[in-house]
Amino acid sequence: MPVYNLTINGQSHTVDADPDTPLLWVLRDHLDMVGTKFGCGIGQCGACTVHVDGSATRSCLIQVSMADTMEITTIEGISEDASHPIQEAWKEVDVPQCGYCQSGQIMSATAFLKQNPNPSQSEIRDAMSGNICRCASYNRIEKAVALAASKMS
Amino acid sequence: MKNTISPSFNRRSFIKTTALAGGGILIGFNLFQACKPEVAPPVDISQLNFNDFNAFIKIADNGMVTIFSPNPEIGQGVKTSMPMIIAEELDVAWDNVHVVQGALDTKNFTRQVAGGSQSIRFGWEPLRQTGATARQMLVNAAAAKWGVDSSTCKTENGVITNGNGDKLGYGEVVKEAAALEVPENVTLKEPKDFKIIGTDAGNVDIDKIITGKPLFGLDYKEEGMAHAVVLRPPAFGNKLEVCDDTAAKSIAGVQDVIKFGDKIAVLAKDTWTAMKGKKALEATWTTDSKLESTEGHDKILTDLLNGKKFKTMRADGDVKKAFATADQVIERTYESPFLPHNCMEPMNFFADVTPEKVRLVGPIQTPAGTARRVAELLEREVEDVSVEMTRMGGGFGRRLYGDFALEAAEISKLAKKPVKVIYSREDDMGAGIYRPSIKYKISASVKDGKITGYHLKEASVNSNMYGLIPNFFPAGAIENYQVDVASYDSKITTGAWRAPYTNFLSFAEQSFFDELAEILEVDRIKLRLDLLQKVKGTTDERIQYSPERLENVIKIAVEKSGWGNAKEGVYQGFSAYYCHNTHVAEVAEVILENDVPVVKKVTCVVDCGIVVNPLGARNQIEGGVIDGIGHAMYGDFSFKDGEPQSKNFDKYRLIRINETPVVETHFIENEMSPTGLGEPALPPAGAAVANAIKAAKGIRLYKQPFIKHMTAKAPLG
Repeated sequence: MPVYNLTINGQSHTVDADPDTPLLWVLRDHLDMVGTKFGCGIGQCGACTVHVDGSATRSCLIQVSMADTMEITTIEGISEDASHPIQEAWKEVDVPQCGYCQSGQIMSATAFLKQNPNPSQSEIRDAMSGNICRCASYNRIEKAVALAASKMS
Repeated sequence: MKNTISPSFNRRSFIKTTALAGGGILIGFNLFQACKPEVAPPVDISQLNFNDFNAFIKIADNGMVTIFSPNPEIGQGVKTSMPMIIAEELDVAWDNVHVVQGALDTKNFTRQVAGGSQSIRFGWEPLRQTGATARQMLVNAAAAKWGVDSSTCKTENGVITNGNGDKLGYGEVVKEAAALEVPENVTLKEPKDFKIIGTDAGNVDIDKIITGKPLFGLDYKEEGMAHAVVLRPPAFGNKLEVCDDTAAKSIAGVQDVIKFGDKIAVLAKDTWTAMKGKKALEATWTTDSKLESTEGHDKILTDLLNGKKFKTMRADGDVKKAFATADQVIERTYESPFLPHNCMEPMNFFADVTPEKVRLVGPIQTPAGTARRVAELLEREVEDVSVEMTRMGGGFGRRLYGDFALEAAEISKLAKKPVKVIYSREDDMGAGIYRPSIKYKISASVKDGKITGYHLKEASVNSNMYGLIPNFFPAGAIENYQVDVASYDSKITTGAWRAPYTNFLSFAEQSFFDELAEILEVDRIKLRLDLLQKVKGTTDERIQYSPERLENVIKIAVEKSGWGNAKEGVYQGFSAYYCHNTHVAEVAEVILENDVPVVKKVTCVVDCGIVVNPLGARNQIEGGVIDGIGHAMYGDFSFKDGEPQSKNFDKYRLIRINETPVVETHFIENEMSPTGLGEPALPPAGAAVANAIKAAKGIRLYKQPFIKHMTAKAPLG
């Protein structure tokens, strides 16, 4: 099997995987970085969201063979001690119910706030609409993104 | 009325303590069943045996408290709220409490289950008793040390004091306390003295969740474990004829292909390889009977509703006579599709079956029942089976059924190695245990402007409403009242889905009463309140709800929502319901954007007794309301020739953040024993929205999902 060199959270990793293996499964099964979640496998739910060159991207749709030139950031790279303003806001608002989708939500929110540090409520709702929360913690996601924006400004 | 009575439990011998070899005291207790007199908690923390006790508290020498939370966590918050109840009576600072999910070696338990919103209701009394008993033992130990009467001692935040100014931390007396007799009678705190209960506590797993630590079943792995993906019959009613696995086996990394029953498992070194292996299987399927479709169900259920094959669940007075002598009979039919659960974490389970033992790890709402079923399947003793519960990426009822754990166990046995079975989303939606499709026909007779009779008929695929539900509102409020059910046995697997039965029944009834008010030209709030007056003082023991508490939430919802005083262009809809021992009223506000109804706000008033953790409780209400709206609005799931017509989120619509209203929650403040909140906010939401849509657009909705029926001129039922 071919060998790929991936740059994840600023560190270089060597992976031996089939070229069509989605980045999602490389992270989870090959590199033991399980913060990135599997939800649908077709880019519809957002649970597997990572940053590729700074943009929120569904890792289930990126094949490992395409990923070796990319700068990848996962939830594990946001901060280890939950000290990123977005994580702090998530904690302050106590967003999660089951918690499964939340790393994807946080990754979408982080990339979004970088592009738009002072979003309106409707911009937050639009930007976060690619991420499903089955427990419907949506009111709190909305609040936490707004709070994080105010923390970061 | 049963609302003020806490579920009873047998206190005798349900708490045992022991000194830990490593220091500190270990308290084993049983929440739901007294333990056998001869068992004692272990002295080594690694030997916790959840056969003997289903929960433990460890108080260390330094005063830190570890609580092994007994009930499965599916997002309903019990991993936070149940330990809060113990910590309250133990009288320790919440910051000094560490919570660990208790595992289960299953045997003897009646209720280590997440389901029916019952964890807090049943846990309330025993959890308090346990905390208070431990506190009393620590106080007794300190009092003996000081040579004072224990009644002169006080506790606060894990510190014991006496009248002489002496002070001892819990950690300083744990050794002595562990050697004391367990006191039989302890005093519980007055609710006014609560310091932890009623205050906001954040999710105990939050740091792990937001940093992406392994927590969920899907994250679980062990050395040497195979990843298994299973090909199941594509249609309900299909049987496996033959399967060619040559191509699958030729894929590098595929370790094994195992046929079991009508299913084929592909085992591989990683998930993706197993998924590729599954795609490469060439299976042919047969069927020995006609495959079912939604169209067929529609006809069958309609025929059942119009037929005579009913079982009567409750009958008061004489409905027939009331209808025969009525001035007017109003009859409406309400229809719902099947619904999949769609937990965000697809079904999965780990199993390691060896000649010595059966180890199961994963997300499960019913660890005890699942262990029993696995033992039966493998023809093993239940004592050989252990279950470790992971955090669950949602449950909603789907994880009550251990079918995925049984698959994992069977595959592990055949493969002779540890395996983790993983469902793809398509597997998860396609091999579901769905909320069944249901139709209700509700009729009311009116005489001299009064409702004299009420007849509800249910036709359902597979399971019907059960036990107590016919005793919910409006039972007791209408003299002639009857509930009849009929069902059709289907091959499609169905089961409990968040707020089972009432999730749709509430929509039907609360829509019906709304329309009834319009037809009778009476105020829709007054109609409900008038009916409730007739239930007050009832001697009917079967009646489940409290008319006083339901009346109260209705009145408070009217006040808090500004009912009747909406701004121009804002249309309100009302709904109130009792289920899962909790009384809820909701007011939905809808506006029209380009003539399309958009739900902007829901005001929700809840009487669940004492609110243990308001922060978590509000989250449950917000989620329950939005979940209820989402499924009423968009949830559409159909079958053709036995096969589900949507298998992923490209064809199955779940509500998203840009479609959600603001949920404003108000809890009734009282000192009643608490009830659960995982479910009761969901059922009223659909009717509140439907009634608001009626106000906005003049369209009365009788069928879910609304999105399909909102624009068409809705036919009368």
